[in-house]
Amino acid sequence: MALPAFVWFVLFGIVPLLGVVALSFTTWNGIGEIVPSGLTSWKATLQDPGLPHALWVTFLIMALSWAVQTPMSILLGVFLATSKRYREFLAVLYFIPLLLSSAAIAITYKALLDPSFGLGSGLGVEWLNQDWLGNGTLAMGVLIFIVSWQFIPFHTLIYQGAVRQIPTSMYEASQIDGAGRVRQFFSITLPQLKYTIITSSTLMVVGSLTFFDLIYVLTAGGPGDATRALALLMYQQGFQANLMGPASAIAVILVLVGLGLSLLLRRLGGRGNESQLEGA
Amino acid sequence: MATITKHRPTPTVSGTHGGARKRSRIAQLNWLGGSLSWIWLVIVMLPIYWIVITSFKTQDTYFITNPLAPPSDFSFANYKTVVESDVARYFMNSVIVTAGAVVPAVVVSFMAAYAIVRGVGSRTLRLMNGVFVMGLAIPLQAVIIPVYLIIIRLQMYDTLAAIILPSIAFAIPLSVLVLSNFIRDVPKELFESMRMDGASEWGTMWRLAFPLTRPALVTVTIYNALGIWNGFLLPLVLTQNPDNRTIPLALADFSGQFGVNVPAIAASVTLTTLPIVLLYAIGRRQLLSGLTAGFSK
Repeated sequence: MALPAFVWFVLFGIVPLLGVVALSFTTWNGIGEIVPSGLTSWKATLQDPGLPHALWVTFLIMALSWAVQTPMSILLGVFLATSKRYREFLAVLYFIPLLLSSAAIAITYKALLDPSFGLGSGLGVEWLNQDWLGNGTLAMGVLIFIVSWQFIPFHTLIYQGAVRQIPTSMYEASQIDGAGRVRQFFSITLPQLKYTIITSSTLMVVGSLTFFDLIYVLTAGGPGDATRALALLMYQQGFQANLMGPASAIAVILVLVGLGLSLLLRRLGGRGNESQLEGA
Repeated sequence: MATITKHRPTPTVSGTHGGARKRSRIAQLNWLGGSLSWIWLVIVMLPIYWIVITSFKTQDTYFITNPLAPPSDFSFANYKTVVESDVARYFMNSVIVTAGAVVPAVVVSFMAAYAIVRGVGSRTLRLMNGVFVMGLAIPLQAVIIPVYLIIIRLQMYDTLAAIILPSIAFAIPLSVLVLSNFIRDVPKELFESMRMDGASEWGTMWRLAFPLTRPALVTVTIYNALGIWNGFLLPLVLTQNPDNRTIPLALADFSGQFGVNVPAIAASVTLTTLPIVLLYAIGRRQLLSGLTAGFSK
């Protein structure tokens, strides 16, 4: 009974994964014949100065968006975990950005931040009225902001669910010992959220490798190459420059980075899937 | 995973002294979290509010009015422009792709999840489960080039099926994970009594496990529908003709086509987001509880 799902996933998931490794040792222009070419594509990719830059951009997006999203999501998640009507209402509204496609979000922000027709010029607010997507540093800032706007709601939800699973008895016990809210947060809530933080961070970090549609529509990697992350570089090499070999090599790097990061995070989390309710 | 609500702290549980004291302290110290959450609400809603009100403005008034003020007279002209620009076809394409991928994906994932939970001892099943777990870590971007090659070889390039086939595959790993977590919570006694009654494994799966798994099935259905409806990379790479494109790509095209006609762009974003918001409104509770339980476990 597991067979249909397995066969289907192998066909379009595992076979392509092996295929991309194989294709990285060929030169293929996307239409014509596929010719094995040894390490030519890998050499071209590794010597391309665009690669270290794309790796740097990817790392920057990953690190900055993690640093913004994690504390915000934990704070909001902890706050929303207490059952109160209006907090449930807030949680409903928070979820809305997750419903929008990255394309819709990118288009909205592009219009909103437009230097001549956007919010800044319309309101006449000096600092808002900048060429947000025309300056490398600003564009990166905008990208981090939009990513956070889109995904903090999701991680807030994860934390909200996790906080609700922390036994109330722990808080009651600490209260008898005279611990305040702040103390409780650092001594109970945060340690109890350890595995959730690992899960959420893994999703964030590995997810940030795959930001493609947002960047593609928002900046197309620009200005210059300021926001050209790995996934976008791969698309441009493969489907715009018709260099499928080097593009496949980039895809392999993408997989390796993702795998390495998730293993690293699992290592950080210590013992795999043990109960979060330890000490309850 | 369905037990999540049981763990909710219930302040009313003991209406005693301690409970009251706790509540007053929360009231004193929670102003920080409270104000943060309202500020965040403004940040979240502002772009959405802006895009909706802008969609009702005319292009002339858009440039002269306060961008955050609601339109003085609501105009549906932008919606008319968008509807007349073939949006119906993109819409239908998105419906076909989403339904065509989600239904088979959920059905095969359910069958796989059931088999994995029920056949604990089997090495083959453990291997298959291992492949699905590994699959969670494979990003679509990484395999898009070989998928493109496969679709070309299947002579399906530039068809809706080209989007559907890989969409099904990439919906499977997470669906199997969520569904098998859920089926695991079904009491063993139920399966046993079904067997005593002479039901086949096939019958048990559809008549016992399927109805019991409904909440999780709804969760994965909505979650996958969301992802596929909003999918961008597959239609971008696997189709070419505007006739075979879906809404996210059409949006990107619109925004080029309408240029500085921001109200028309706003109307196209609003209109194409509406169905998914409706779907969310219908299945919200289930989606949220399924998601939180699935990831915090």
